[in-house]
Amino acid sequence: MAISVKEHIDPVSESELIEIELFLQAIHMKFGYDFRNYGKAHIRRRIRHRMVASGFSSVSEMTHKLLYDSFFYQEVLQDLSITITEMFRDPEFYKAVRNEAVPFLKTYPFVKIWHAGCATGEEVYSMAILLLEEGLLNRVQIYATDFNQIALQKAKEGIYPIEKIREYTFNYQKSAGKSSFSEYYNALYGSVKMNESLKKNIVFADHNLVTDGVFGEMHLVICRNVLIYFDRDLQNKVINLFYESLIPGGMLCLGSKESLLFTDKATAFDTISEKEKIYRRKFIK
Amino acid sequence: MNYKAVVIGASAGGITALGKILPRLPLDFALPVLIVQHISPNSDNFMVRYFDRLCQLKVKEADEKEEIRPGTVYFAPPNYHLLVETDFTISLSVDERVNFSRPSIDVLFESAADAWCSHLIGIIITGASSDGSKGLRRIGKCGGLTIVQDPAEAESYMMPESAIKIANVDKILKLNEIADLLLQIHQQLRRDN
Repeated sequence: MAISVKEHIDPVSESELIEIELFLQAIHMKFGYDFRNYGKAHIRRRIRHRMVASGFSSVSEMTHKLLYDSFFYQEVLQDLSITITEMFRDPEFYKAVRNEAVPFLKTYPFVKIWHAGCATGEEVYSMAILLLEEGLLNRVQIYATDFNQIALQKAKEGIYPIEKIREYTFNYQKSAGKSSFSEYYNALYGSVKMNESLKKNIVFADHNLVTDGVFGEMHLVICRNVLIYFDRDLQNKVINLFYESLIPGGMLCLGSKESLLFTDKATAFDTISEKEKIYRRKFIK
Repeated sequence: MNYKAVVIGASAGGITALGKILPRLPLDFALPVLIVQHISPNSDNFMVRYFDRLCQLKVKEADEKEEIRPGTVYFAPPNYHLLVETDFTISLSVDERVNFSRPSIDVLFESAADAWCSHLIGIIITGASSDGSKGLRRIGKCGGLTIVQDPAEAESYMMPESAIKIANVDKILKLNEIADLLLQIHQQLRRDN
């Protein structure tokens, strides 16, 4: 047999695409989580990763396992949800929040903040620390939400691996932190536990941006590095959800590579910081 | 061959090496060029500004959902993976590191192979990593053209050597020969169209 001829396989054969669509459809029908409007390149990567890790030869084989094995389903759900984050991720962003958003928040007697897609909570605690240092924490209510229950549980516990602390401390300092980062946690047995006092105004709750509704009367909505996983239609839908959730003049913070540009609310917000993606809902439509 | 895109993976020594390829490509270069250069997550966009000044081609940081166009060089932003959708738009992700890297060359190459199949040119140059080897293998399996910098010439030989070991590569070339080949392909495409 000649082996010099290259195999001309097209790995995204039409059939595989169909298999992936059916897999996502099965998740939606059986469990109510809808990944059908996620960016396909990313979803494909995650699904193939699971396929290889669990020793399947096709996506269809996995669909069967998914439907009849709830333990496997939990694994798939974790695969499809992004929980990679860090404290004070993008320090310049937090600096911008201090300088641009905090003065505005200070004008209200009580402040409601929605942190959508909070994953394991690192960025929620970062915001709580910032608000504490700005003297605002005792008059805010932070709603930290995610659809991933396992991640949400970790967020509630606020326990993180100690090896991350160097990086977090570096980020904190770069973000113009006013104190010493070690003030905010206790180290024990290879982990750090965030201070209980940071949690007292945080409510952790299950919320799915794809299928659930509006959170009312927010002064600040933070949703960073979530929209990049959505296709344009879903991005548009979620930006509308944020718009409806904000008071007029309320602020919206997105991830550094996300923008309102392609959404139909592009002109309904003013830009506070283009670089750090901080926007403000206009007072008049 | 009817090529539609070029993807390049570079790590240690990559900026110097890319400096010997990219400035030689003409303003009307017939293909888009997508690049993962391993870089510190905290770096700013100095690399993009540097190459934009140095090159005739337009050089930019890849933007989320952006349509991929010929005659443009797209760099993966620091701390983001760069992926290509099958409708030839860009996706970014903060998914976990692959081969200790974000951006990862494998992530770009594998998604680009899905999108362009046999119409893709994959190039691995200098680096002290094994990132990109699997991605290059995928490009080869799809019938794309696979090129690796001659390890003897590379500032760091590991990444080219790893790619040669894992992928069934078509060509092992010096940097100036890679640039020559890209120019030939460009001229061929211009003649054909």
